[in-house]
Amino acid sequence: MSERIFTAAIWAAALLVVGVFCFLLGDLVRQGAPHLSWRFLLTAPADAGRSGGISSIIISTLLILAVAMAVAVPSGLGAALWLAEYARGKRAARRVIRLSLDVLAGVPSIVFGLFGNAFFCIFLGLGFSILSGGLTLACMVLPILIRTSEAGLSAVTEEWRRGAAALGMTRAAALWHILLPAAAPAITAGLILGMGRAIAETAALLFTSGYVDRMPDSLYDSGRSLSVHVYDLSMNVAGGDVAAHASALVLVSLIVVLNGGALVLSDRWATRKITVS
Amino acid sequence: MSGLSADRRLALLSALFATGAALLLLLVLGFLVSESWPVLNAGGWRAFLADGVWYPLEGRFGLLSMVWATLATAVGALLLAAPLGVAGAIFQCFYAPPAVAKLYRSVLALLAGIPSVVYGLWGLTVLVPLIARWAPPGASLIAAILILALMALPTVTLTSATALGAVPRSLLQGAAALGMTRRGIILGVAVPAARDGMLAGLLLAALRALGETMAVLMVAGNVVRNPTDLFEPVRVLTANIALEMAYATGAHRAGLFASGLLLTVMVLLLAWLAARAGDRQRDV
Repeated sequence: MSERIFTAAIWAAALLVVGVFCFLLGDLVRQGAPHLSWRFLLTAPADAGRSGGISSIIISTLLILAVAMAVAVPSGLGAALWLAEYARGKRAARRVIRLSLDVLAGVPSIVFGLFGNAFFCIFLGLGFSILSGGLTLACMVLPILIRTSEAGLSAVTEEWRRGAAALGMTRAAALWHILLPAAAPAITAGLILGMGRAIAETAALLFTSGYVDRMPDSLYDSGRSLSVHVYDLSMNVAGGDVAAHASALVLVSLIVVLNGGALVLSDRWATRKITVS
Repeated sequence: MSGLSADRRLALLSALFATGAALLLLLVLGFLVSESWPVLNAGGWRAFLADGVWYPLEGRFGLLSMVWATLATAVGALLLAAPLGVAGAIFQCFYAPPAVAKLYRSVLALLAGIPSVVYGLWGLTVLVPLIARWAPPGASLIAAILILALMALPTVTLTSATALGAVPRSLLQGAAALGMTRRGIILGVAVPAARDGMLAGLLLAALRALGETMAVLMVAGNVVRNPTDLFEPVRVLTANIALEMAYATGAHRAGLFASGLLLTVMVLLLAWLAARAGDRQRDV
């Protein structure tokens, strides 16, 4: 008897979770989808976002993302390279760097916002700008990028490295022609994961890239990201709910596409690893 | 010879990036401390805890009621998310047919990626009016707890399922051979064996809940007071920073940075505990 009750409780809990989430997503689609159109995506916001579209918001979001990735990817890859390939004899250094990255990954996003405001906006004099916001996000996603890239590089079998060395290839050449291509799916999956994290972020952008919803002229202009737009419309603009739902739907769709891509790539990576070894 | 120097250069360059990544943490902490120094230096730590009220414009920075509110939302969310999340993990590992388990897992992975503003938007437009019908004003401690629990659920389930999946098959088969029921195997063997990994997952979820800003900011009502009533509004540390940074100057700004520092310390303490729990799991 108690066996049956337990089974029922487990199924009920699982169904409850799925039910609530269907409610959430269904509500978002129901409220947002009717407002969604090419016009909404392609026109600038008007009347504090109540009418018009989100074209300038989308451009700002993409620019912030581009800045974040342009900085975080090369530096993350460089750091991962050292951790996976060059730090073999240096266990202590490797441990310290890993630990500090883990700690950094745990710092709340609003604290990154404080740091970005103090360091990029004021100390470096970049002001409220797309550049400040992007750089702040770069700091935030760096730990994820390094961790996934390092895992991808470490998963390449040792024989390939030895084979390359036996052929007289330099380490740089082996890296470029063998290790990086082999680790590419993992690195790409990590990159997409980082982009998903960055595009979902709001708190770190509030006081680094700012609120201005005009079309940005340059990276030194303030730009409002999609997530900040959703927040502002729902909290500070009376009657902005419909546009907020439509913008949130665009944001979630972007993230679903990114996450799906990461999933496919990491699946392919897993199968490839099995066939190689 | 030139190849060798290219190698050296690459090694140096990558070492530079690795060092930079490690120094970033020091930079973040350094700026937090230096920006909050005016307040830390003037009032000392005690002012934050001893002063009962948060009147930043009069130089009174009593953070205590916001610390309590932060802890209350995080603990409440965890109390809800832990049983539901663990039950979900048990469902995924022991009850669901393989295809359903895979679907369940990918749904949760999707939910883990949904931005916190979207959870906040749903809370603000659906959950808060719903609560307001029972007990106005709606934007309250309970709304924050419910939204945070929802956000923590995917993390708890995914980590618990990983821990349960790592329990050796032979252990479960041995228990089954002894004639234990499925419930007995799960509660008596699998869950105890996966306990430390689950605990690490719960602490990770708590860490996210403590640091969460947007969703709580949008549903909690943001009145600075002690969290004594589930249906009254509260303001958490993160929301306070987000609300007041826009216009804060001077000592007020320093006070906000100090509250960020306090938050970071709380989170890092938890992260350390989580890492220790995770290490224990690996040793087993």
